[in-house]
Amino acid sequence: MSQEQQAVLQARNAFLTGRSKPLDYRIKQLQNLKRFIKEKTTDIANAMRKDLHKTANATQLFEILGLEGEINLAVSKLAEWAAPRPVNKSLLTIADDVYIQPEPLGVVLIIGAWNYPIAVTLQPLVGAIAAGNAAVVKPSEVSSHTAKVMELLPLYLDPEMYQVVTGGVPETQELLKQRFDHIFYTGSSTVGKLVMEAAARHLTPVTLELGGKSPCYVDKNCDIRIACRRITWGKYMNCGQTCIAPDYILCESSIQDKVINEIQKCIQEFYTNDPKSFADYGRIINQRHFKRIMALIEGSTVAIGGDSDESECYIAPTVLRDVTPGSKVMQEEIFGPILPIIIVNGLKEAIQFINEREKPLALYIFSSTKKVIKQMISETSSGALVANDCLVHFTISDLPFGGVGSSGTGCYHGKYSFDQLSHLRSCLIKKLNMEGVNQMRYPPHTTEKLRWARVLLLKQVNLSRWRQVAQVAMLAALAAFVVQRFLRR
Amino acid sequence: MEGQKQVLERLRGAFRSGVTLPVHFRLTQLEAMMSLFEDNETRIVEAMHEDLAKPKFEAVLSEIEMVVNDLCYTISNLQTWMQPTYVGTNLATKLDDCFVRREPLGVVLIIGAWNYPLQLILLPLIGAIAAGNCAILKPSEISRATEKLLAELIPKYLSQECYAVICGGAEETKTLLENRFDHIFYTGSQSVARCILQAAAVHLTPVTLELGGKCPCLIYGRLDMKAAAKRLVWAKFFNAGQSCVAPDYVLCTAETRDMLLPFMKEALESFYGSEPQQSQDLGRIVTDRHWDRLVELLKKSEGKIVIGGESDKKTKYIAPTVVVDVKESDALMQEEIFGPILPILTIKSLDEGIIFINEREKPLALYAFSDESQVVTTVLERTSSGGFCSNDGIVHMSLVGLPFGGVGASGMGNYHSRWGFETFSHKRGCMLRSWLLERVNVLRYPPYNESNLSWLRWATTAKKKGWAGCSVM
Repeated sequence: MSQEQQAVLQARNAFLTGRSKPLDYRIKQLQNLKRFIKEKTTDIANAMRKDLHKTANATQLFEILGLEGEINLAVSKLAEWAAPRPVNKSLLTIADDVYIQPEPLGVVLIIGAWNYPIAVTLQPLVGAIAAGNAAVVKPSEVSSHTAKVMELLPLYLDPEMYQVVTGGVPETQELLKQRFDHIFYTGSSTVGKLVMEAAARHLTPVTLELGGKSPCYVDKNCDIRIACRRITWGKYMNCGQTCIAPDYILCESSIQDKVINEIQKCIQEFYTNDPKSFADYGRIINQRHFKRIMALIEGSTVAIGGDSDESECYIAPTVLRDVTPGSKVMQEEIFGPILPIIIVNGLKEAIQFINEREKPLALYIFSSTKKVIKQMISETSSGALVANDCLVHFTISDLPFGGVGSSGTGCYHGKYSFDQLSHLRSCLIKKLNMEGVNQMRYPPHTTEKLRWARVLLLKQVNLSRWRQVAQVAMLAALAAFVVQRFLRR
Repeated sequence: MEGQKQVLERLRGAFRSGVTLPVHFRLTQLEAMMSLFEDNETRIVEAMHEDLAKPKFEAVLSEIEMVVNDLCYTISNLQTWMQPTYVGTNLATKLDDCFVRREPLGVVLIIGAWNYPLQLILLPLIGAIAAGNCAILKPSEISRATEKLLAELIPKYLSQECYAVICGGAEETKTLLENRFDHIFYTGSQSVARCILQAAAVHLTPVTLELGGKCPCLIYGRLDMKAAAKRLVWAKFFNAGQSCVAPDYVLCTAETRDMLLPFMKEALESFYGSEPQQSQDLGRIVTDRHWDRLVELLKKSEGKIVIGGESDKKTKYIAPTVVVDVKESDALMQEEIFGPILPILTIKSLDEGIIFINEREKPLALYAFSDESQVVTTVLERTSSGGFCSNDGIVHMSLVGLPFGGVGASGMGNYHSRWGFETFSHKRGCMLRSWLLERVNVLRYPPYNESNLSWLRWATTAKKKGWAGCSVM
């Protein structure tokens, strides 16, 4: 038996013991996860520094804070999320219990990504734990140092229930051959298709958090200075390696120069005149991606930056101007610190440009005019939309975070994580009494019975407490009447 | 005759034009569907009688009324469902708008099944229309008369720009699946579902699968035998057992079985008379091939037939049949029966029954009959299934508030009324930030320092009390 098979088997056996069902257990595990983050802060920070050149503060701000928030939310809301959810009844089920019961799915596979390794690998885990599942966590091998730190998770969490499997492509492929009750994958669309295909064999549902090119439209009517601050922040964070980074800018030619100037100022303000020696500017994850990104610049005009150092996987914050739709940089998700500017003739053309392409994970629009923003919202589709800022929607736990079309399936964060990794089981609890009422549905069928059935069996009722009593009484009377009427044979 | 690709392109063009977005359009289409039912009830009943010998009562109740009911509920609630839901903001986002919009996906494919040929294709269509999508319907070719009727009536009542019916068999479905859709909704078998998922993976298309399996019915403890027998028999032999949520087999003790059987006989006689073949109220098996499969199963079974067992190929009739002394290895226990044959397996304890159920794939529905509420609770808590109903069968499907769907091998996703609307929608998170408070944003910009970090951390913790959680950016 391979290591991967063993891990899955252990997790499944742990799940079958039923110990992840009680809420106390889940809360304890979540609190342990929080302890892991707190106690291993230094190890995590060091690992991030080695993997992505992130400073400790950046790690705290953009990975840890969000994760802690999710854990705290889950712990405080778990009882509410896991409770039975009552629904509307029909006239004939007034006396019955009708509700939806959230239940764990079983064993969930979580495949993490390398760009925010802690956040995108462990936030889904929060949902998996909260929903009462067992999990197999496969951190990305590309962020190898962080993966190593995650191997310490079994010291804090129930080691059988939550397995950590490290490794590369062969290990992931081996894992994907196993049967899971849900697969949660964050990464590229290419691999996303392979994950979905593997899941198809076992009829396993999937959540795919993919990517794409997230457009950023800058209206000529807006505070360009503030817009550029927020865009610069959003673009160059983590050296552009963010699935929801603004990939490219769309704007009118009249403001292109101003945009470039403002971005230049912000780059200097945030990353100093020498970003290479500045601690808070990141690096490209590896040589392969470095080469890929540098090749994208070919054929376009550099307005800012463009310099690089292969030995350090350093690429300066770069802006390209007057980029054409057919250029190399517009053919794939950049996932790096290159910001192309494409000229469009106003909102309508921008919308057309966006709609000709795959639905993105995020769509950004900067405008002071409400009407413009409204039009962008109603005429496009994307995972999410943010007006007048970048990235921040990721931090609102009440907003579903996920893609649509080729940017992904499913969503998570907050209660969405819980629901995504639960089965919402419909429950109708009836008693064996009041049998008389059922008479109208039994054969032999008569026109009379059919008439009654049409009225009573399906019609919905909106119940408020004080009406319920009256209706139960009415129902009892009806039952008596029907019994008399139909049993007289 | 339009080819599949042309139909798809036409619908995609219609969707891009934005015609399905306004609530008025969607309501008009849904109301048109209502008219379809009001004007054609007789024809619908006749078509289903031709396909399945469906008694009028069943056709009206489980097909027409189910769809009409969902239509009413959807029409009266659609405007509410379409409203954006605003979510909590926190300290730093007090001046911002955060909300979730439900948006259509685009062009969806709905593949129907033959056992409830109307309901299984039109209930998803209601959700698709309500959510603002265009849709291609692919009814089952096995229920031929209903397929023909749908192909005629849908274009007559609904917008031909936005909704199309494509007929055909396995080959046509296969080529249809090579195209790209924004959602695929499939009702049917597990084996076909795998192919559908694989086809969907090529385009990263989300799917809803309504599959089947063997729905167990556990009868245990103290109970009103007469009432239980009636309800069980009704649920099992409705549509001649051809329901994805029909109780597939019974688990009970030998004593319970012995007490139940005479009541079951009595119930069957009161329903279908002493000669069920003469009753107008019993359905027939859909095709010769399906009839052959069932009769073969019965032949191979090593159990004892205590009720029924008769069959007639010419009319595709199989008598309501109950088989006892059925073992785990029996032919009847190897696949979903989907017919009027009810095996009864004996257990010695509730525990044994629950273990038996849990050793198998998660079913679409799970039933527990008992007057002891503790028994019901135990079964509910120790098992998993798409849906659960105690002391009755099938009826949980008819409640619009409940999501209808499977889990594990019985399916993924769900629908019915609002759940259908949500299935065919994309929940788009929207955040409209204010231009103000740029000074607060400074806390998040590089250079990152301890002091800014601790301010942001404070804002996060201060928020824990009562506000929607998130970290401050």
